[in-house]
Amino acid sequence: MKNPAAPGVCECARNRNKENVLGIPRYRYFDHDADVGIVGYGLTLEEAFEAAAAAMFALMTDLREVRPERSLRVDFEEADVELALVRWLNILLATAREQGMALSEFRIERDGVLWRGVATGESWRNGLQSGVEVKGATLTMLRVRQSAARWEAGCVVDV
Amino acid sequence: MDVAWLREIGPCLWSLPLQPGERRAEVRLHGTVELLSMMDDKVLEQIANVARLPGLVGAAMTMPDAHWGYGFPIGGVAAFDPDRGGIISAGGVGFDISCGIRCLRTGLHWHDIAHRARALADGLFRDIPAGVGEEGSIHLAPEELDDVLQGGARWAVDKGYGAAADLEFIEEHGCMAGAVPAHVSMLAKKRLRGEMGTLGSGNHYLEVQVVDRVYDAPAAAMFDISEGEVLVSIHCGSRGMGHQVGTDYLVSLAKAASRLGVEAPHRELACAPITSSEGQQYIGAMNAATNCAFANRQILAHLTASVFRQYFADARITTLFDVSHNTCKPERHVVDGRARVLYVHRRGATRAFGPRHADLPVRYREAGQPVIIGGSMGTGSYILAGTGQSEARAYSSASHGAGRAMSRHQALKHWHGREVVDSLAAQGIMIRTRSMRSVADEAPGVYKNVNFVAEAAEQGGLARRVAFLRPRICIKG
Repeated sequence: MKNPAAPGVCECARNRNKENVLGIPRYRYFDHDADVGIVGYGLTLEEAFEAAAAAMFALMTDLREVRPERSLRVDFEEADVELALVRWLNILLATAREQGMALSEFRIERDGVLWRGVATGESWRNGLQSGVEVKGATLTMLRVRQSAARWEAGCVVDV
Repeated sequence: MDVAWLREIGPCLWSLPLQPGERRAEVRLHGTVELLSMMDDKVLEQIANVARLPGLVGAAMTMPDAHWGYGFPIGGVAAFDPDRGGIISAGGVGFDISCGIRCLRTGLHWHDIAHRARALADGLFRDIPAGVGEEGSIHLAPEELDDVLQGGARWAVDKGYGAAADLEFIEEHGCMAGAVPAHVSMLAKKRLRGEMGTLGSGNHYLEVQVVDRVYDAPAAAMFDISEGEVLVSIHCGSRGMGHQVGTDYLVSLAKAASRLGVEAPHRELACAPITSSEGQQYIGAMNAATNCAFANRQILAHLTASVFRQYFADARITTLFDVSHNTCKPERHVVDGRARVLYVHRRGATRAFGPRHADLPVRYREAGQPVIIGGSMGTGSYILAGTGQSEARAYSSASHGAGRAMSRHQALKHWHGREVVDSLAAQGIMIRTRSMRSVADEAPGVYKNVNFVAEAAEQGGLARRVAFLRPRICIKG
């Protein structure tokens, strides 16, 4: 009856992006009544944003199965780093859906208020495991902060 | 939630006393001690935040199925006066704008169709697009997008999906006034192109149900349902188009709130004055998304009818009613003896007009509005009717579902989708899905007891029970 996934990691989230090179979880999920909380971790703010994106897309499919065939550019301006996280996640969601793609790899760079991102994946196909659709990233439990040597970036996503 | 924090002020009705120095309007919670005890403390925190918003009229309220949301709690109801600085909140509507339930009669009895139920389940699963990444067979031309956003279900009927007779039984007759497609982003419109006639995922579903018990025979007669009859409930919303409107305006309204000096206790409420240009733009886009949801459910109802007719030539599919859950609509309400137009947010709550309300279909005028409380795929759902008291108690609002008792994260620790499907099959409930994760997320055990929610709605005077529906087939998004 019990799900064998590690505490804090959903079934779909067991994938190649789950851990960083030090073996530390790149992301985790936290409880929310109706939706799902995601938190990405990284040594830099940018890494935490990339991990948060992986956490969100891992809810929709098994990232290990997604082939890195095509890349999308995601550029935007945002001065508020917390709102930047929400915009990053929501632009990725919208672009992926509009292009009919499943995404699994994410890179983002920050230059002041400019954010330049790249996401890689492939077109949705029947073989991909179907998880749960994420409707959007919210401002609830939104946080981007540095604690000790790592950054964390998270919020509740509506599913 | 610790009910010791609350004060009982009526049947299934509680208020949250003000703390010394606290400034906010009244908070009222509908529900029994048992239901309130199961709610997360965050429900109280969120509804207290709503009670601090400008222009609120009366109390900020929660319905018996309330749970923690984003911005408003799910099951939150609040009305705002545009002439007194009242606000519109994207967090008070949610991403899935006008998500709701279309309930269909089939004119069939279960004993007539049980022998072909498996084929029916397979046919519905084949022809109703559901789940992540699924597109529909309808691809809109660019010039059609604004027509959908303006016309709603009327557009769908004009295109041959369903019948004009359906429109009378949809809120706003299937076409929300005040839609402004110009305030909808191009990206939102693009997401509309391939998603018309799709169910989506999460808690969305199409269920074939049987009327198991009738509580109120006269109302059931007016709703034209009887024990043993087969109904279909379709739960879905405005799909990616609505999600994108929510996305576009969540951040922009959060920024507008501080720019316009709105004293919002938390930016997750993402609000602006109703009369501001930011507020008006959101309202125009939100109304367009409502029409998208109306059109989507109209098409899904048509697809459902087509499948039924393939298997049962004598099926006669008619619309019982179509209710929306995530809305903010201008409505006329009597407050302190005076009729006022208020913008009523219902976040995960359903409108529940009482008998003789002018906006009800003539056929339902004496019964009150049909209210549909969708339960889990393993327990059942209720049809209720709006009451005369609901206007004074909750701006004519009621519960929309059973309400989650367990997070999705916890659900995945407790259940596997395959086991849930097999367990339900043993109870005579057929599940068809492309996502076992989605089934585990939505396992019957993650929801509160829908019987308690329906009883609390009735005891609190929000709506009265008319019939209980037992699920037989569930197409899970």
